[in-house]
Amino acid sequence: MSEAKTVLRLENISLSFGGVKALTNISFDVKEHEIRSIIGPNGAGKSSMLNVINGVYHPQQGTIYFRDKVRQKMDPTQAARQGIARTFQNIALFKGMTVLDNIMTGRNTKMHSNFLMNALWWGPARNEEILNRRKVEEVIDFLEIQHIRKTPVGKLSYGLQKRVELARALAAEPSLLLLDEPMAGMNVEEKQDMCRFILEVNQQYGVTIVLIEHDMGVVMDISDRVVVLDYGKKIGDGLPADLMKNPDVISAYLGTNH
Amino acid sequence: MITDFNTETFPKMLLRHAETIPSRMAYREKYLGIWQEITWAQNLEQVRALSCGLSNLGFNRGMNLAIIGDNRPGLYQAMLAAQCLGGVPVPLYQDSVATEMVHVLNDAAIGFVVVEDQEQVDKLLEIKDQVPTLHTIIYQDPKGLTDYVESFLHSTHQIQTAGEVFNREHTKFFMHEVSKSQPTDLSIILYTSGTTGKPKGVSHSHQNFMRAGKEACIFDNLTYKDNILAYLPMAWVGDHLFSYAQAMAAGFTVNCPESKETVMSDLREIGPTYYFAPPRVFEGLLTQVMIRIEDAGFIKRKLFQAAMNCAKKFGTQILDGQPVNFLNRLVYGFYNLTIYGPLRNVLGISRLRVAYTAGEAIGPDLFRFYRSIGINLKQFYGQTETCAYVCLQPDGHVKYDTVGPPAPGMEIKLADSGEVLVRGISVMQGYYNRPDATAESMDDEGYFHTGDAGIIDHDGHLRIIDRAKDVGKMANGKLFAPKYIENKLKFFPFIKEAVAFGDQRDTVTAFINIDFEAIANWAERRNISFAGYIDLASQADVYVMIGQCIDQVNEDLSVDDMLSHAQIDRFLILNKELDPDDDELTRTRKVRRGFIAEKYGVLIDALYAGKDEQFIEIKVKFEDGRDGQISGNIKIKNAKIVRGSPR
Repeated sequence: MSEAKTVLRLENISLSFGGVKALTNISFDVKEHEIRSIIGPNGAGKSSMLNVINGVYHPQQGTIYFRDKVRQKMDPTQAARQGIARTFQNIALFKGMTVLDNIMTGRNTKMHSNFLMNALWWGPARNEEILNRRKVEEVIDFLEIQHIRKTPVGKLSYGLQKRVELARALAAEPSLLLLDEPMAGMNVEEKQDMCRFILEVNQQYGVTIVLIEHDMGVVMDISDRVVVLDYGKKIGDGLPADLMKNPDVISAYLGTNH
Repeated sequence: MITDFNTETFPKMLLRHAETIPSRMAYREKYLGIWQEITWAQNLEQVRALSCGLSNLGFNRGMNLAIIGDNRPGLYQAMLAAQCLGGVPVPLYQDSVATEMVHVLNDAAIGFVVVEDQEQVDKLLEIKDQVPTLHTIIYQDPKGLTDYVESFLHSTHQIQTAGEVFNREHTKFFMHEVSKSQPTDLSIILYTSGTTGKPKGVSHSHQNFMRAGKEACIFDNLTYKDNILAYLPMAWVGDHLFSYAQAMAAGFTVNCPESKETVMSDLREIGPTYYFAPPRVFEGLLTQVMIRIEDAGFIKRKLFQAAMNCAKKFGTQILDGQPVNFLNRLVYGFYNLTIYGPLRNVLGISRLRVAYTAGEAIGPDLFRFYRSIGINLKQFYGQTETCAYVCLQPDGHVKYDTVGPPAPGMEIKLADSGEVLVRGISVMQGYYNRPDATAESMDDEGYFHTGDAGIIDHDGHLRIIDRAKDVGKMANGKLFAPKYIENKLKFFPFIKEAVAFGDQRDTVTAFINIDFEAIANWAERRNISFAGYIDLASQADVYVMIGQCIDQVNEDLSVDDMLSHAQIDRFLILNKELDPDDDELTRTRKVRRGFIAEKYGVLIDALYAGKDEQFIEIKVKFEDGRDGQISGNIKIKNAKIVRGSPR
């Protein structure tokens, strides 16, 4: 992994909301094609970290390098255009729309024909739609959700909604994928499926993944490297196996072995 | 189209269809949301490429080719490709766990396997050490397999590409191989589901399936214009008859659903003209309809009821071509336009000409419902050993409690014990490598002993009561037919499975498995709260309701002079669903009585000891293969025995 290119580098990031310090002086990097996990207890600042990466929050201090360029202030739309896609901890899908339509929204940044052409379903708009629909169908096939293609998202189980969210993120053909607790609230079988999908996305399509997850078994199994946060501070960074032995990490998160 | 089919083989039929109906669809498969079509001409090309590729890898005449996966055109083509080379396809149940496959793979000395996807490849890699003959695995869907480095793994695509090259270099090879195929050659080995002991391989010749397929097509006027949905396991004899033998015989189109979960919506999209489903599928469909009708508004509900009353009175007569007066026909016609037609459309069966059901007894109400709304639903009888072709119900002569007269080319007779004996065109060559078992089940006159107990009525229709070996005697020496009782119980939508005990006992008792979906809905309507399956199964209200079902069965039994003594005395509701993964049911969902009696022994003891409650711990296997345990107290209730004099 050491020779892999660095995709994302965060240097001395600090973020605060009024008097509350969400992140304090955090630095770490994400290398090409790796699965990089962020773990920590509730309120450690994990989701804030993701929000900083895809431009929802703007840190008061620190620098972000994305593909070796210093990143200026930007918004999530720009992040999406640069190939960063994400899923959310509390599902953020359009509940009244079908699975297919939801995933199609992930293609948003790839569609260029104007409103009128789309309304008339004519010429380039039509070809574009067909092309994009095919991409979406490939994602549907990949995530094995053919049976719910036409089902409104609101009717689906939590586990399936999570999968649809992942589908929407994948439909954007990202190079960097941010996953915020993709396995929360799932049963063992659903978790296994999700792990399989994450690994396949990573290995088959070479997508770099930043993963927030609470299930330690999952994190230790599939991550290449792990960052540990606690109260907005970084208390560990390294290979999963090494972190298991780090006393700070153990006392903050894994629990002390008496 | 139909000529002398005693001399036909499947490869020769492929050539014929590619020549006579080259642009008709042989297969349709939904991929990336779109139905992809394969014509007979393309089918021949693809099969030829696959055959040549297989031959290139060393697959030869006399070898067996295992096939594992959901219904896919590619897998049907693999069957054909093996047959073209003089090999024998051996389909396996795709949802078997790896260890269950070991026996079949070894028994058939499998060297080559064609599988659908990564799931099956993983299973085979897990057991490869236990199957010394296995040396080549060919997969259809490369998804997830790119990192697999094993040199014995090939994709169908690779094989076909190599096959095309081989075909160009050896242009006469394929036709020469096909011309060698003889009607008496082995065409397939189908393994029995193994209700008792290890699965046995049933060997059929081309002639067996070809003739059964042709005769069945003629019987129901099936032609190359028909469509079928292939969604039942390829290893099951029924699928081999309908989606392979009949499709090859008539040249009709086989449609493969996108995935297991999409079968119902694919059914609606395709609108098959010929359809098979086990009774539970028809039951599930009806349950869905009934639930939605219950949710519908007052007017719709009343209209539906009125339409159903009309259908009940005249529907089946009209379907059977019996005289019905003009006014009633008019009313039926009106409802056909407004209710039955739209209903058939919703169910995806509006183009249906013939539908069959078999495998388990079908409830008379259920059967009548479909026939009364104009669906030509019929029953047939057959088993793996007879290509699922023994008895067929002819149009216009459909009785609810029989499976019809012997099919063309078949003879039946009853042994003294009541066992059904079968002779004719579809009877197997024998069990593969098991002359002992073959000798046991085939007599000198060529009759196959089915193991089913039946009676032949005065019209020559066969009625099956039970498995011959399951028919027992109660302590007082009177007849005990457990399946007969269980079927009566299962006709209630709330009861999914039932197991009756009473052999060598004074009274009959029963285990009940509730139908979770139906009862959950029932409970919701009555504002009964529950936490899940286990909780629902133990609710007092549910016990009362199931108790009423059992009382009803007892009442039915009380008027049957043969069986009035075998009424259910006590019952309990199990806290877990009987499951093939726990070996409680076979893969075809038949109850494994002996195994259940052993596993739940404490419960049976409690039933007969007169206890009100019994604690039990049960081992279960989760779908991911892990073991777990369910424990809890199970309540036992008494049922009402009806002591009326038999009518």
